[in-house]
Amino acid sequence: MEETKSPIVRIRNLSKSYSRGSQTIPVLEGISFDIPDGEFLALMGPSGSGKSTLLNLLAGIDTADTGTIEIGGIDITTLGETELAAWRALNVGFIFQFYNLIPVLTAFENVELPLLLTRLSTAERRAHVETALRVVGLADRMDHFPSQLSGGQQQRVAIARAVVTDPTILVADEPTGDLDRQSAAEILDLIDRLNHESGKTIIMVTHDPRAAEKAHAIRYLDKGILTDVHP
Amino acid sequence: MYILKLLWRNAFRHRLRTFLTVLGITVAILAFGMLRTLVDIWYSGVEASSATRLVTRNAVSLIFPLPISYKDRIRQFEGVKLVSWGNWFGGVYIEEKNFFANFAVDMESYLKLYPEFILPPDQAAAVKRDRKACVVGRKLADRFGWKIGDTIPLRGTIFPGAWEFVLRGIYQGRDKNTDETQMFFHWDYLNEALKRTVPRRADQAGFYMIGITSPSVSADVATAIDGTFRNSLAETMTESEKAFAMGFISMTEAILIAIKLVSFVVIVIIMAVVANTMAMTARERIGEYAVFKTLGFGGFHIAGLIFGESLVISMTGCAVGIALTFPAARAFASYLSNYFPFFNVSSTTIVMDVAASLLVGIVAAIFPTWRAVNIRIADGLRRIG
Repeated sequence: MEETKSPIVRIRNLSKSYSRGSQTIPVLEGISFDIPDGEFLALMGPSGSGKSTLLNLLAGIDTADTGTIEIGGIDITTLGETELAAWRALNVGFIFQFYNLIPVLTAFENVELPLLLTRLSTAERRAHVETALRVVGLADRMDHFPSQLSGGQQQRVAIARAVVTDPTILVADEPTGDLDRQSAAEILDLIDRLNHESGKTIIMVTHDPRAAEKAHAIRYLDKGILTDVHP
Repeated sequence: MYILKLLWRNAFRHRLRTFLTVLGITVAILAFGMLRTLVDIWYSGVEASSATRLVTRNAVSLIFPLPISYKDRIRQFEGVKLVSWGNWFGGVYIEEKNFFANFAVDMESYLKLYPEFILPPDQAAAVKRDRKACVVGRKLADRFGWKIGDTIPLRGTIFPGAWEFVLRGIYQGRDKNTDETQMFFHWDYLNEALKRTVPRRADQAGFYMIGITSPSVSADVATAIDGTFRNSLAETMTESEKAFAMGFISMTEAILIAIKLVSFVVIVIIMAVVANTMAMTARERIGEYAVFKTLGFGGFHIAGLIFGESLVISMTGCAVGIALTFPAARAFASYLSNYFPFFNVSSTTIVMDVAASLLVGIVAAIFPTWRAVNIRIADGLRRIG
């Protein structure tokens, strides 16, 4: 079934390297692949293999040296910084390993944050935030600050923040990396549910094979080369 | 509302640090306000001067007198309404530290020229009747606990000898900036004594105060007076009362410049303190700014957050500093009433307080904003965890 879906992400000849002093360290080398719409893809690989770099490029928070990244028909490598920021606000939901909630904002306010960039009215924003928090099962914790929530709950808030704008893709960088087993399982179930029920395209970087098992497809990165086979 | 809430909560996230920074700004604004007020007081004589009063003095120097006969000739110039005259007496009350300004003046004309010195009619009549009478300002009387009828002894310095005056009048200032720390007595009393003791110093005035019909004739009258006495033994220099007062200020210009400089140094120091606070804040929040950027917020939004937080801190300190300036000025005035006729915080000083605080808030945020806006998102996110 998934084979027939058109790709939402098209990556062609993507390369990225970092400079360290006079040395140039290649991180990604000539990567090309497609991600179908509604896919739940896990990217695995050892530390330093370039998974997070690839995720950052897909999310438009880093720029490639060469190659193209087409998401929803837009080649984001051609966008300037301001255009890219506007594109991210509409098209990408980012789930971080360490939740990255703003500590002085309540759960409600954290989820509302990306909506400030939209033209929604206060009432419309409230409705969206309440829906998102209800989806992640935290409707009763709206007024809690991150410090008053457990790690799992904080990650749920972060997921609500990622989906509240109804983005084209969801990218998750080690979303269970900072959680205990129970919370990790709950978060993975939630991500899985978002994929199944809402049809969200999810790209998840993980070290955890249990997390990767939830995905429809697993790709491996090793020394900047993408493969379907565990290295 | 959302943004204001965020700015306020961010500003007080590290309560102790913010409290100490706000305290620093409060003290700086207080010091700045007091120093500026001090400068204002320095210029109060200029501010209190009238555009319809001219001062004529010896062209060589204020210490050289002018013949008393000049008064009749000055009266004749067109535009001159009233002429008074006097001498700086320079008497010492008991000891030098009790300094206050004391003048021998032609009392009747002088009080007419200075309607801002309000004397009750019965006291004015008593002053007129008594040759040894003197008039003092309310603050001066309060300072030494003098009451009407008291004898005030002064030791002469410019006019040697032991002098005694009877307090017949205590004037009140009409305006907030009227000097109430001066003493006046009859010029005739001084002149008659000089005639007896040092006749060559008699019939001479240290200065003439001239009331003119309108400020517009000021230049013409001054030119006419000085022209008349040119090439005489005592050439004159006539200028507006304001220019005359400015002449005194220019003698203490170095002190004024030092005070002004210190007031600005205080602001520069607090600017560095707030900049340090904001630099620490921004460094700690680089990860958060990266999150904001990831969510689609641009450099303008990040700059708004940092500038906003910096301004919340600086303006909080400013508000507290201004609120404290008034009671501090009152306390200062009561302790130093001997030296300063008044100590009022002007609206200009408050505007300068606010401007300085805005400047501090803005300048302190420039470098942290530049760093936060320019850091790559991926680098910023790496700072977390």
